[in-house]
Amino acid sequence: LKVINCCVWDPSGEIFELKAELNSDKKEKKKEAVKKVIASMTVGKDVSALFPDVVNCMQTDNLELKKLVYLYLMNYAKSQPDMAIMAVNTFVKDCEDPNPLIRALAVRTMGCIRVDKITEYLCEPLRKCLKDEDPYVRKTAAVCVAKLHDINAQLVEDQGFLDTLKDLISDSNPMVVANAVAALSEIAESHPNSNLLDLNPQTINKLLTALNECTEWGQIFILDCLANYMPRDDRESQSICERVTPRLSHANSAVVLSAVKVLMKFMEMLPKDLDYYGTLLKKLAPPLVTLLSAEPELQYVALRNINLIVQKRPEILKHEMKVFFVKYNDPIYVKLEKLDIMIRLASQANIAQVLAELKEYATEVDVDFVRKAVRAIGRCAIKVEQSAERCVSTLLDLIQTKVNYVVQEAIVVIKDIFRKYPNKYESVIATLCENLDSLDEPEARAAMIWIVGEYAERIDNADELLESFLEGFHDESTQVQLQLLTAIVKLFLKKPTETQELVQQVLSLATQDSDNPDLRDRGYIYWRLLSTDPVAAKEVVLAEKPLISEETDLIEPTLLEELICHIGTLASVYHKPPSAFVEGSRGVQHKRLPARMGAGLGAAPAAMPASLGGAPAVGGGLGDLFDLGGGVGMPTGSYVAPKTAWLLAMKAKGLEISGTFARRGGIIQMDLSLTNKAMSVMTDFAIQFNRNSFGLAPAGPMQVLTPLSPNQTIDVSLPLSMSGPVMKMEPLNNLQVAVKNNIDVFYFSCQYPLSLLFVEDGKMDRQVFLATWKDIPNDNEAQFQIKDIHLNSDVASNKLQGSNIFTIAKRTVEGQDMLYQSVKLTNGIWVLAEMRIQTGNPNYTKTNGFRDCMQKQMYDSTSVVRFSSK
Amino acid sequence: MIHSLFLVNASGDIFLEKHWKSVVSRSVCDYFFEAVERATEPENVPPVIPTPHHCLINVLRQRIYFVAVIQSEVPPLFVIEFLHRVVDTFQDYFGVCTEAAVKDNVVVVYELLEEMLDNGFPLATESNILKELIKPPTILRTVVNTITGSTNVGEQLPTGQLSVVPWRRTGVKYTNNEAYFDVVEEIDAIIDKSGSTITAEIQGVIDACVKLTGMPDLTLSFMNPRLLDDVSFHPCVRFKRWEAERILSFVPPDGNFRLLSYHVSSQNLVAIPVYVKHNISFREGSSQGRFELTLGPKQTMGKAVESVLVSSQLPRGVLNANLSPSQGTYTFDPVTKLLSWDVGKINPQKLPSLKGSMSLQTGASKPDENPTINLQFKIQQLAVSGLKVNRLDMYGEKYKPFKGIKYMTKAGKFQVRT
Repeated sequence: LKVINCCVWDPSGEIFELKAELNSDKKEKKKEAVKKVIASMTVGKDVSALFPDVVNCMQTDNLELKKLVYLYLMNYAKSQPDMAIMAVNTFVKDCEDPNPLIRALAVRTMGCIRVDKITEYLCEPLRKCLKDEDPYVRKTAAVCVAKLHDINAQLVEDQGFLDTLKDLISDSNPMVVANAVAALSEIAESHPNSNLLDLNPQTINKLLTALNECTEWGQIFILDCLANYMPRDDRESQSICERVTPRLSHANSAVVLSAVKVLMKFMEMLPKDLDYYGTLLKKLAPPLVTLLSAEPELQYVALRNINLIVQKRPEILKHEMKVFFVKYNDPIYVKLEKLDIMIRLASQANIAQVLAELKEYATEVDVDFVRKAVRAIGRCAIKVEQSAERCVSTLLDLIQTKVNYVVQEAIVVIKDIFRKYPNKYESVIATLCENLDSLDEPEARAAMIWIVGEYAERIDNADELLESFLEGFHDESTQVQLQLLTAIVKLFLKKPTETQELVQQVLSLATQDSDNPDLRDRGYIYWRLLSTDPVAAKEVVLAEKPLISEETDLIEPTLLEELICHIGTLASVYHKPPSAFVEGSRGVQHKRLPARMGAGLGAAPAAMPASLGGAPAVGGGLGDLFDLGGGVGMPTGSYVAPKTAWLLAMKAKGLEISGTFARRGGIIQMDLSLTNKAMSVMTDFAIQFNRNSFGLAPAGPMQVLTPLSPNQTIDVSLPLSMSGPVMKMEPLNNLQVAVKNNIDVFYFSCQYPLSLLFVEDGKMDRQVFLATWKDIPNDNEAQFQIKDIHLNSDVASNKLQGSNIFTIAKRTVEGQDMLYQSVKLTNGIWVLAEMRIQTGNPNYTKTNGFRDCMQKQMYDSTSVVRFSSK
Repeated sequence: MIHSLFLVNASGDIFLEKHWKSVVSRSVCDYFFEAVERATEPENVPPVIPTPHHCLINVLRQRIYFVAVIQSEVPPLFVIEFLHRVVDTFQDYFGVCTEAAVKDNVVVVYELLEEMLDNGFPLATESNILKELIKPPTILRTVVNTITGSTNVGEQLPTGQLSVVPWRRTGVKYTNNEAYFDVVEEIDAIIDKSGSTITAEIQGVIDACVKLTGMPDLTLSFMNPRLLDDVSFHPCVRFKRWEAERILSFVPPDGNFRLLSYHVSSQNLVAIPVYVKHNISFREGSSQGRFELTLGPKQTMGKAVESVLVSSQLPRGVLNANLSPSQGTYTFDPVTKLLSWDVGKINPQKLPSLKGSMSLQTGASKPDENPTINLQFKIQQLAVSGLKVNRLDMYGEKYKPFKGIKYMTKAGKFQVRT
């Protein structure tokens, strides 16, 4: 039976022999046998049948033998789970060995045994190893958590290993920190929302410290992790950049590129006028250039990334054109990437050099590269207008070489040049026509036909040329057929007398003899157009074409931003977001660049108006004072909310009123829009206010001079005074209004923004402020947080001043700006405020104090109305 | 992280595989083989190949493809750098990195790969540490091991692995303490038809061979450190000190290592030490072409240009070349059309030249492409950038070491267009 068995899986008898050797009494023989087993395994032979025999060798003092058996176990445990359990005891024992090398080896191997049954036995040893006194064991254990998570994520969470791992980020040994970060990053990939790497300034500081001391690989993990952090403000951003820049001089190119990623991302937050910003830009160029002197594979990855970087920040490499010049023995993938970047960097300043190079490349051996070089010349012409003429003459030179594929590419790009600069270079058409016969590629044929059709009136024998194409119409590709159809129709419209026959021929070919629906449909449309209305046909077919865009192949800006956040990763090589290729794209988060401070208006998230919606009737809370809703271009001045509907037509017999309040030059105004939605004319308007908290009253009658005809709207500005009768309202800023016209009297209520009542002379003296601030009882204080405002303290202060909120003093505490402000209300009450701005963190905390205790009750409620909307 | 590694030889056989996580089937390499098929030359295989479930990242070294399989988003440079490290380690251990060497030492290879990566995370990649963990195979050790039954696996935790200087092992002892530094500069240049420089840059390295007892702390200063504005350092160099004082201060690894590499960009003027006069022409309608090449020294600061080798890929239409060199020997391979001329030393009094004719296929038209001339040369005792070491000092140890600095300039990718 044994012999038969052998024959099944061991034709050479090798395994049979090994089995005997493994069970030998001699240590040396055993070891040699295990070595042979490993050797067979390495070359892909199946030696799993020896599992029990190999595992038997595991309990040994010989470290090499132990390692070899471990190697074997890792490979085959999965296929022999029951046998693998036999190994558990040895692992547990080895995890307590006095030699840290053995402890680490055991915990390392344990994690590689991907058998569910075994993993639960491993938890206890792993927990011990995570707290081991020897950092070598701890760092190995950190990786083991990631391995275990891969096998059984639930178990890892239940056992609390993730928390232990997080603690290791604060470990005293930088290598342990790096491995903990690496493990957490890997785990986080399958848990996109778990917030595993909860980065705060303290952890960031730990990471930055570890960065200086750990191995090159650890530096990559840490830098990639840092890149996910969102600094609070430009100052923090700068300090991180300062600590990361030394990595640009690392010998390991992956470290360099990861550092570039961090810098590219964080410099986004630095104000452009900052000196450091310019310094940083200068520092980025040399390491990128150095990457290009490395091995070709490294160059390739570097070039793919540089391609992104020059699109985002062309200024970094604008003087480095020459390093992208192609060497004839560069691998093709490097050549093509270099060419692409050359075109992106091409400008008026260097175009002569670039063109000379491109012309050189067009005579190289590699066909793909030559084609791309010829195309590049065309792209240069389109990108740098001043060079167009030179590009065209270069292309003509190339056409003269008569090298077939060069000519064809040149014709394709010349077509684009015609579209970009119409009526400028048509003199070359004659030269192009000479090469008609040599064109055998559809794209080139189509391009040539387009040119002939477009400029039919200047080409004497256009009809002959097109006719020659027509002979083999059915053998042409669709692209050429469509182009030919259009070109002949154009020709006909330009020279109707001589070409009637030709156009009929092509129309019948397209409509009757073709089974391509696109071609048929286009044929029918032309046919009908021509037969019903030749003038219209002329307008449609010979219409002026839109110019083609300057830059082709640009990556769309949001994608580019995301890719910049992924510099150095696969995404940056593919030029695709990770969600497009990561397995199952398990909730991959789209990364965004941080917004620059102070320029944040455009970047204010769209959620802003929605968050205002909580209290729309207040007509704008603090957020509005920052002028966020208003968008760009609002003059600085008191904030005016857009008009809201106060009175609806259906409730007021056709009168619709919308309005808002404004403070202009110290005068409060009520801006009203009156709309007549009824069928009859409205006249005799008047307005009156009920008593209110601040005594607002119309300063004069409402001026509606002309009658309001149906569907007409008039805008009225009503000045208000503060001399009316006072009554506390609920809410405090509520205003009840009565409007009368010739039809009836209508009532509505609206709420005015409190900022309306802030007077122009509300700037308190500094000393008085200090004294008053101290005197405010705690009860009179209230605190509010304002979210999602991307302004720095100076901009905020300016904006608030427009609404008569005056900044008395400013100081900076722990990177946070504190603004001290005062406001005086129309009734003489002072409100003092302290505003804390965490730059980078768009949440402001505002503490208000109310000086006048008598009014406390009243103004507490004021403040609630006033600020609670944020 | 790195999932698996396959080693593939020139004929497309997988001769070694290693998996650091679960096993990935060999069939994943089919995508790689397809890419090899598409590439015209072995060097043209794209380094990053996407497949539906994995990504394959490969490097080609000594006619072996090292194909790494990755499954998640991993920095490709990290993978490529690691693969280079694997190649370097093999070279270090076996002297050469060939298929035969790997096959002969397959167990050591497996042990090494296991030590270098854990679950795809790099573990020990410094050769100093690896050599403490796994002793390189030597004939003597194999003999000793068989007699004494000892192993080639270290029993102790590598000392350097957790110290602040992980690159250096402790307890190093030498009877002769010596520290040698080689400043080697390579000129990468493209020279156009008329002999003017299109681009030229210098890639420099300082390689060290340091055999010093104990924990020496070295400083190296330069006469003109300002030249070094774009540098990459070995991790042992203290960056702060460099930033502040422009002095290299470091505790060196034991043995051979690259202290720094630097780049002198095309912004600065780079001296071109050699010129080439050429006349390679074909006449329309004739089956003969003319070939004339003369070399001469240009800016060599009085040093001799040696080991000159000229090679050029002649146009495909060239059938044969009939040339005579004034010195050295030349070969022309009619299959690959590669012409190479081993010139030797350039004597400024008698410039080397290679002249003669090329025969074309009869009736073939004049070749379109202009051949590019590739140049190699060496100049001893010259750093073409002008970089000069000022002094080398040692602290932390009492003895006096032997010190030596050598300079050399070489051609890197030095190309002359015709």
